[in-house]
Amino acid sequence: MSTRVPVQKTYKLYIGGEFPRSESGRTFDFNDAKGRHIANVSRGSRKDFRNAVVVARSAQKSWAGKSAYNRGQILYRLGEMVEGRRDQFIAELQQQGSSVADARREVDDTIDTLIHYAGWSDKYQQLFSTVNPVASPHFSFSVPEPTGVVALIAPQDSALLGLVNYLAPIIVGGNTVIALASDKKPLSAITFSEVIATSDVPAGVVNILTGYRSELLSQIAGHMDVNAVVYAGDNVEDRKTIQSQASLNVKRAIFSEKQSQSPYAILATQETKTTWHPIGL
Amino acid sequence: MSTATAEKTAPLQWNYAPAPESVDPQFRKRYDLFIDGKFVAPAEGNYRPSINPARETTLAEVADATAPDVDKAVKAARKAYTKIWSKMSGKERGKYIYRIARLLQERAREFAVAETMNGGKSIRESRDTDIPLAAAHFFYYAGWADKLEYAFPGRKAKSLGVCGQVIPWNFPLLMAAWKIAPALATGNTVVLKPADTTPLTAMKLAELIQDAGLPAGVVNIIPGGRPTGAAIVQHPDIDKIAFTGSTAVGKWIQKELAGTKKRYTLELGGKAANIIFEDAAIDQAVEGIINAIFFNQGHVCCAGSRLLVQEGVADTVIAKLKQRMATLIIGDPLDKNTDIGAINSKEQLGRIEALVASGAEEGAEMWQPSCELPAKGFWFRPTLFTNVSQSHRICRDEIFGPVLSILTFRTEDEAVEKANNTAYGLSGGVWTDKGAKIFKVTRQVRAGVIWANTFNKFDPTSPFGGYKESGIGREGGWHGLQPYVELE
Repeated sequence: MSTRVPVQKTYKLYIGGEFPRSESGRTFDFNDAKGRHIANVSRGSRKDFRNAVVVARSAQKSWAGKSAYNRGQILYRLGEMVEGRRDQFIAELQQQGSSVADARREVDDTIDTLIHYAGWSDKYQQLFSTVNPVASPHFSFSVPEPTGVVALIAPQDSALLGLVNYLAPIIVGGNTVIALASDKKPLSAITFSEVIATSDVPAGVVNILTGYRSELLSQIAGHMDVNAVVYAGDNVEDRKTIQSQASLNVKRAIFSEKQSQSPYAILATQETKTTWHPIGL
Repeated sequence: MSTATAEKTAPLQWNYAPAPESVDPQFRKRYDLFIDGKFVAPAEGNYRPSINPARETTLAEVADATAPDVDKAVKAARKAYTKIWSKMSGKERGKYIYRIARLLQERAREFAVAETMNGGKSIRESRDTDIPLAAAHFFYYAGWADKLEYAFPGRKAKSLGVCGQVIPWNFPLLMAAWKIAPALATGNTVVLKPADTTPLTAMKLAELIQDAGLPAGVVNIIPGGRPTGAAIVQHPDIDKIAFTGSTAVGKWIQKELAGTKKRYTLELGGKAANIIFEDAAIDQAVEGIINAIFFNQGHVCCAGSRLLVQEGVADTVIAKLKQRMATLIIGDPLDKNTDIGAINSKEQLGRIEALVASGAEEGAEMWQPSCELPAKGFWFRPTLFTNVSQSHRICRDEIFGPVLSILTFRTEDEAVEKANNTAYGLSGGVWTDKGAKIFKVTRQVRAGVIWANTFNKFDPTSPFGGYKESGIGREGGWHGLQPYVELE
């Protein structure tokens, strides 16, 4: 009797709720620490990014229009789904160089982060909204609203937790996102997209690309239909590229070397809308 | 009941006796730079005349700061930050800012006249809006200075350092207040550049700051043109740039700061949609439209420059609007009856004229009331365009003048779609008597400030600022503290 040959996974992109290969047909090799071939990872192109922006834009309005309670439950379900796939995520992190202890901790923290932000879905508004005591007879109030479509350049060194740490505050606030996964450790992001696909996150709300940062950064930051770019990292040249390109449409360029859980992380991709109405007219 | 056609055939005649404001604005002959608590001559010795745009007469000569002056001002601000201001308790900082507010209230009329003479806006506006709001802004932020520990739950708000602030010519003193007050309240020091056409109230503010006994170097005011602004943006020892002005310059600043750790807030242009639904109180809406576009000669970034009228009432609204526009009084800004004052500068008049010409060329239909304009000075008649398409330049570009582009719509969705069909997102207006419709529409319009059944209302407690290409960050209210602090 022969031993069973395991079925290996093809790592593809995640755009608009589907798992396409890169339109360019390109891939890059991902090998483990011992140099064994693990996967041909899709090498996302600029065109893939533009396609993702189109679906992210069309998904944004209805995502922001969902009740805060509903968005919270969807984020909570993301946590549930990661919990259910703990072993898979741990094994995959190990393939990407983590020790088993580190991998376990990373998966635990990822789940807890999702639960944390799930709970913020209907609370950050209350912290950051104001009723403005204006001197004239008007009711004036200010509320946070999602900035719109956000591009996320995920951290290089933390394949799963790093991504989720930045992704969760963006989407809980009603934005849609195109995330560029770590090009050093790309696998967890794609497996996480399978979690997204099974968690009632509407198609297009989260889109995940793998590919080379160096070749995509400028295009991502310069795209005229992206409202904000969040960059996790400290590379000065990258920052310079991003902000120069962001200036084309006054994109919010948000730089963050590390992200701790807080409502201020949500606020980073929110706008403030102030509405006035006369009283007693 | 009057009908649209009846009103058209019966133009109203208004004749008012002149009612000029006579308070002396007390200009000096010459203003130097205000650096380190003293008025000092500019390094390169250049002065430029500052004029009255309604009369084309010179009011005073004002120093033109160049890069060495900027450096001197930044050094003074840094020294004041390190040695004094960052160490002072919020309680004491607050009292200095309160003093500025009080002194401004006391000299309000003098400042109003100065503002009107230097900028061309009507005395009614500078007296009732610009100066009182500037004083109120200082008063509001003075109170925050010793309360910052309560402002950001879970975080400690830390000052940034030296702020470089560049402001426009449309609300000269008010913009100075918007910039200086929150910066000081949060413990920062300031280098402020007023606009080259309207430096006089800022220089008077410098005198007032001296009177207030503010420690030397905490606020430095250095007038100049675009090169001065660029030198501030590029100065390596400035921690934060706050800019109000055109989107083109805002983009340049964002790019220029790329790769630096400098923070920035930008309050840029706009092309606001003012949406009139069929169920609006039409007469009130017409007043709202007038205020939205003709306030301050339309030199307002949040002006309601695109009127969206629901088809069923379009003819009525346009007829009433024309009738109302025919009654607007254009002329001497110092006259208390004046509705529309002078255009701020010859350059701005040229820009307005060029865009208006493009409107006619591209096929829109122009209408202006017949009214006499003074022989001297810079003037432009209130203007509306009908038959406007969304691709016309007058519908896309910020004109920054008294020019209204009118579009129509049938459904709410169409109104929202058209309102959002712009690169800008500063403000918007909605007129309807249905509360549910107000919220449905205001939620969907992508803009930072939305006025429902009102327009162009401002208050120090109420945050102001744009979505999209209208800028980054908010000024005013609790939100206005954030750009001036680091949260630890």
